[in-house]
Amino acid sequence: MDLSLSTETMGDRTIVRVGGEIDVYTAPKLREQLVELVNDGSFHLVVDMEGVDFLDSTGLGVLVGGLKRVRAHEGSLRLVCNQERILKIFRITGLTKVFPIHTSVEEAVAATD
Amino acid sequence: MATVELRFSALPEHVRTARLVAAAVARRAGVDEAVLDEVRLAVGEACTRAVGLHRNGGITAPVKVLLIEEEKQFSIEVGDEVPHAVPGGHPPGDGAGDADVETEEDEMGLAVISGLVDDVEVSAGAHGGSIRMRWPTTPPTTLPV
Repeated sequence: MDLSLSTETMGDRTIVRVGGEIDVYTAPKLREQLVELVNDGSFHLVVDMEGVDFLDSTGLGVLVGGLKRVRAHEGSLRLVCNQERILKIFRITGLTKVFPIHTSVEEAVAATD
Repeated sequence: MATVELRFSALPEHVRTARLVAAAVARRAGVDEAVLDEVRLAVGEACTRAVGLHRNGGITAPVKVLLIEEEKQFSIEVGDEVPHAVPGGHPPGDGAGDADVETEEDEMGLAVISGLVDDVEVSAGAHGGSIRMRWPTTPPTTLPV
């Protein structure tokens, strides 16, 4: 399955819904989307990964890159994920300490810090 | 001899194919269903690394994946043909700025593999490198005659 991306604005937050597989082939599309949002002034991002079937280290690298970009503007990047197989990759790499991970978009949007 | 041998041009779009083939052969070999996600991810990381090494090194040779079904274990070997630094030699691209970024991505992939797979060997030599990963298999239960 290819990568699907859609965005939605909720107040000052921008929700990026991601579906499909994030790997070395598709990750550049996600990177472009995140860069475009930051360039357009969206600095508080919520990446909803509930529709993601597969994530590898290339995808992790893109998310880390997105986090660096929003932080340069005092922004935030929160993740929404309940899938154990995806969460495991964040745990293995220690990135659970880097990204706030929420169980729902509503929870992520309501979170301040 | 490998049960299945796969060679693909070092292009990102083929990594998914390698993942699918590896998972299918692993399932047939008797790797536990609960571990198949790990097999898929680990072989994807190894292939991504090999594709990156070939592309960065301008290597036109294909990336090679060997899927080997053995007694009580299943092995995957992902080989690249990039000359690696040997002890006493000078690492290729030493001192270049881009090399740092590539090394970071390379290390992230290896970190994921070593976090996922208990039995993993990474080797590198003057004629190429390989990552060999092994998983235990459960022999298929035979039906009573």
